Amino acid sequence: MTIGQILFNLFALFTLVMAAGVVLNKNAVNAALCLLLCLVGVAGLFVGLNAYLLAFLLLLVYAGAIVALFLFIVMLLDTRGDARPTLNRLPLVARILATGLILGGVASFLQRGRLVSPDIAGTVGVGAALKPYAYQLFTTYLLPVQILGFLLLIAMLGVIVLSKKFVGMEDIK
Amino acid sequence: MMPASLNAYIFISVALFAIGLLGVLLRRNTLIVFMCLEMMLVASTLALVAFSRFNGTMDGNVFVFFILTVAAAEVAVGLAIIVALFRRRQTIQLDQLNTLKN
Repeated sequence: MTIGQILFNLFALFTLVMAAGVVLNKNAVNAALCLLLCLVGVAGLFVGLNAYLLAFLLLLVYAGAIVALFLFIVMLLDTRGDARPTLNRLPLVARILATGLILGGVASFLQRGRLVSPDIAGTVGVGAALKPYAYQLFTTYLLPVQILGFLLLIAMLGVIVLSKKFVGMEDIK
Repeated sequence: MMPASLNAYIFISVALFAIGLLGVLLRRNTLIVFMCLEMMLVASTLALVAFSRFNGTMDGNVFVFFILTVAAAEVAVGLAIIVALFRRRQTIQLDQLNTLKN
């Protein structure tokens, strides 16, 4: 086993354990911190795939901005904790159906989920350098970049409008 | 450095997506449901980067940019909606937000 594979196993296990931590944690703060560590694991996997810029961006945008935002909102709102996730609230038919679907999916994945892996030694890791990103973003994907800029503007305006207090509006309770 | 096979990366991606979906379906706290949605987005980006690396193309990597941007916008708007909802209803538990049910 090479060092790359050892690192892959380590990061993959870490990511999945932390992802399970997000789902299973009662406390929203703990779930947010588990999400943070899960993202760190995914960034490690990105580094294993030679996508250094994307790993950095993932940490910067997700771990730096989004998780911090989540933590702020958790702080702002009332967090009384939550019940553990359980299937007991569902009707019996739904429970049986859900369990059967999950087991069937896992079984078929383990049995038939095999992709032919291209030889990575002969493939150039084009995602390692910065230049290809800039080239693609400014040539092929120029229009999507503009649209995304507009989307961010609209999102910003939407957040401002949503967080305003509307006085005199009827309460829909 | 010789990384793992494509199959292993896709397996991790699918597992992460499935865990996120389970969280979305089973949790009752809106914030945690939202975190699980983010996890599903990250799982899809992992698959994109893996395919991109193993095929020697750039398109998957560039798409991750777009997904990151859309996720950031989505989180901002979603959290604003959750805060507005909490202001109005004093709760963010999904089983108590059933106005449309009756």
